[in-house]
Amino acid sequence: MSKSRELLFATAFVAALAAPVLAGERPIGRVPTPEEIARWDIDARPDGLGLPPGRGTAREGEEIYLARCASCHGEFGEAVGRWPQLVGGQGSLTWDEPIKTVTSYWPYAPTVFDYIKRAMPFGDAQSLTDDEVYAITAFLLASDGIIPEDFVVDAESLPKIVMPNADGFIDDPRPDVPGGEPCMKDCVAEVVIVGHARKIGVTPEDKARPVTD
Amino acid sequence: MKEKNGEPLRRAALDRRTLLAAGGAAGAALAGKVAGASEATIPEELPDWSRYLGPGVDDEPYGKPSKYEAHVIRRTVEWLTASTESSINFTPLPWLNGIITPNGVFFERHHGGRAEIDPSAHRLLIHGLVEKPLVYTMEDLKRLPCEDRIWFIECAANGGMEWRGAQLDGCQYVRGMIGCAQWTGVRLKTLLERSGLKPNAKWVLAEGADASALTRSFPIEKALDDAFVAYAQNGEALRPGQGYPVRLILPGWEANMSVKWLRRIEVGDAPWYTRWETSKYTDLLPTGKAYKFTWVQEANSVVTWPAPEHKVDGPGQYTIRGLAWSGRGRIVRVDLTFDGGKNWVTAPLEEPILPKALTRFYYPWRWDGSTTIIASRAIDETGYVQPTIAQLRNARGRNSIYHNNAIVTWLVNASGEVENVQVA
Repeated sequence: MSKSRELLFATAFVAALAAPVLAGERPIGRVPTPEEIARWDIDARPDGLGLPPGRGTAREGEEIYLARCASCHGEFGEAVGRWPQLVGGQGSLTWDEPIKTVTSYWPYAPTVFDYIKRAMPFGDAQSLTDDEVYAITAFLLASDGIIPEDFVVDAESLPKIVMPNADGFIDDPRPDVPGGEPCMKDCVAEVVIVGHARKIGVTPEDKARPVTD
Repeated sequence: MKEKNGEPLRRAALDRRTLLAAGGAAGAALAGKVAGASEATIPEELPDWSRYLGPGVDDEPYGKPSKYEAHVIRRTVEWLTASTESSINFTPLPWLNGIITPNGVFFERHHGGRAEIDPSAHRLLIHGLVEKPLVYTMEDLKRLPCEDRIWFIECAANGGMEWRGAQLDGCQYVRGMIGCAQWTGVRLKTLLERSGLKPNAKWVLAEGADASALTRSFPIEKALDDAFVAYAQNGEALRPGQGYPVRLILPGWEANMSVKWLRRIEVGDAPWYTRWETSKYTDLLPTGKAYKFTWVQEANSVVTWPAPEHKVDGPGQYTIRGLAWSGRGRIVRVDLTFDGGKNWVTAPLEEPILPKALTRFYYPWRWDGSTTIIASRAIDETGYVQPTIAQLRNARGRNSIYHNNAIVTWLVNASGEVENVQVA
């Protein structure tokens, strides 16, 4: 779109939007009631904003966890098959094979509540009560000793829990690779092939996929 | 089969084909000459499609590609995830042309399966630090000023399986977590201005209506810049797998933030640090620290022909095909190497060259039949140069998972087979 055409469009839209609403006109969008907003406004922030009333302890959470979570995540949060491991792995983030779990990697405890409440159990989302979500959160954190077993997790206490990896994140510093005019001629002395995908042999075999020219 | 004008002739054609097939040697010889012809000879026999009528206009109300293109499909890698409902498939880049990804093969990444939403029951809520919260129907959204924009959407994990070495032997698997489309919708800015931002409005949360209720935070600056609320893709309504009836698009940023099945936009004064911007989509370094809020998809490129899915069928003249893109703006240059990175030449770019969109490059290539190591390197308008995998590993180690935009290298061996390799 040319600049003048763009300006023409912008002017037309501004004029249309700025015109006074006439009586009987159908409005675009309506103001929702606070009750309507509350139905969907389920998020909770690290500072506790959005955490609902309710409470739970690890003792209460264990039974709920075993009934609603353990079939995928394991009785101790160790994971079944390829489902996510939830606890353990503290100190592993520098390893060659780091174990990123709720207790080893997640920086903020309220995020645990937020995620379980909105998305878990997988396939039956938003079916847990707030008390149950608090209790499961407490169970996971207590499993790795972040809180004691009788610690009452609620909107007041959850934001104050300091997660082991709370200081583990830094702002994106990219670009983090060399810039400048790239080399065009005699850039490397010798090219060595150090990795062959075929030797790894994990590419899905697909008989419907032809190798064609 | 319905009786319509022309139907008797079609049936006759079918009968004749059956007869030919039953005719054994004669039929087979004919089929071979027509179908197998890699040489550009004119067949002796007139093919069926030149003699008999094809189907009429009423047999395929929504068209599909030719049955001979059945291999041009999305594919997945089963071992990547625990379930298909929280997983990803890959765009078949090595068989596509131009810069627009057809809707039927645009890659999908779901966290709670593909939601099937009744648009009449869908609502978009704008609330939080605004003067006037508003809830919109789909009809409401379509009454607002709309725009058409071409942008790519790329998963942050595109190329993620290659951090530790060349692993998947296919262009589709190595760079297929991307698609580019023309999107139609409303600027998020329009919606926010209609509600009126409060002075402390600094961050925005977007939430999906699917069974993962995915949430991502982003700064108000992006919301007021090019953030977009799209309801159409390449001329038709979004596909369910792309967030029907409405999705967010944050152009140039990792696709996870372009929340599908968008149901809610909340304005706040601080980021939410959701599971998807802490536990996931953060880039773990060897020090144990991780980059957070790694939003932009840096300059990237891939040669789509030749590629492991293709064989170079003998020495001679060919056309290299490839794609380049950058989340920071326009692609200004693509270089190609045929010796693994010792020497480079610049490939001409094909129009259009749009910011935050796929850009095509073609290059004439004469293959002499010897082992050749082909790779492409993109440079964007900020001067950023697509790095080697060694440079990326030097900066971030091998456990980042996300944002691997390293140069992709194909080895063409003497028999013309192509393999994904990494070079040092």
